[in-house]
Amino acid sequence: MADSDRETWSRLIFDKLVDAGVSLFSYVPDFGNAAIVEMAEENNRTRAVLLASEQEGVALCAGADLVGERGVLLMQSSGVGNCPNMLSLIAGGRFPMLMIVTMRGDYGEQNPWQYPMGQAVVPVLEAMGMLTIMVEREDELEQAVDAALSGAFKAGQGVALVLTQKFLGAKSF
Amino acid sequence: MEPTIDRRELLDRLLPDHGDYLLIAGLAGAARDTAALTQESDNLLTLGGAMGGAVAMGLGVALSAPDEKVAVITGDGELIMNLGVLATVASMMPDNLTVICVDNGQHGETGGQAGHTSRRTNLATVAEGAGFPSVMTLETANQIDAARQFLAEAPAPRFLLARVMPGPPTAYTRNWDLAECRLTFRNAYLKRKRA
Repeated sequence: MADSDRETWSRLIFDKLVDAGVSLFSYVPDFGNAAIVEMAEENNRTRAVLLASEQEGVALCAGADLVGERGVLLMQSSGVGNCPNMLSLIAGGRFPMLMIVTMRGDYGEQNPWQYPMGQAVVPVLEAMGMLTIMVEREDELEQAVDAALSGAFKAGQGVALVLTQKFLGAKSF
Repeated sequence: MEPTIDRRELLDRLLPDHGDYLLIAGLAGAARDTAALTQESDNLLTLGGAMGGAVAMGLGVALSAPDEKVAVITGDGELIMNLGVLATVASMMPDNLTVICVDNGQHGETGGQAGHTSRRTNLATVAEGAGFPSVMTLETANQIDAARQFLAEAPAPRFLLARVMPGPPTAYTRNWDLAECRLTFRNAYLKRKRA
């Protein structure tokens, strides 16, 4: 995928999240979320929060909710493996939760290290009660973002928007 | 130096103004001590699991409510499970966040097994290295006044390591229903904010 494409869909996601009132963009850096994070750093209504471990973002977003604000957790698929116990907060506390997972280890991946966790992303999230919304094609994105925002912030569910490698393109080594 | 503070006598001397804070307490002993301190007032959320999440939750509160004073009260084991969060806090430099670590050097809730701080690890040094601008260690009761002043005046984010004797936390049975606790905290905060 060309950089200009990434900029375009990142802008769509960012603008929709800001419109929905998301102010804290917590993240562990990934190529797939870099443009969204940059937008969050530049916008004066939002803050980007660099995390040491993805699980912090689950608790951080729950903290934002406690005072009526909204956060999102952006991470690469490998980071899903760092989250399950912390997701107890979401299932047990009925906190709304939105995460955006940029996939590795699914479609066309060249790095064998990425496959075990990549293939476990959906079962792990589902085991912890998260809804997963998959995006494979560009024309699915807008509706998928709306669905994720409705699920999280209107219905109060834990939702993961998963951007697959079919959508993102696979990194070449 | 061996600490001489009984944890059950710590928080009411350290935080007489606990009603002025939004409070997040980590699981086990720290949660029980804090719940007893405030009698589970609606400015406190105590965790009963999700170990390693207390400071991150407090950071989320602090960044989202920048006009409020926020304090996280947690134990050494809970903090050590996710030390990286100290770097996350320092990077954001929230000027309204205090972290108080009640360090008994052991995993009290699971039977008192030795923790890292009873061996080589010093969490005050770790916080300093992570980038906290203000760090203090408290080990004896006659330092509590100075610690209270530290909480009031030292530039935030601030980290107070309260080393306490091994021994039971305050006896208190708290509400374990996180969904109910979330709504209590959230509704009370939003109501105060509207008022």
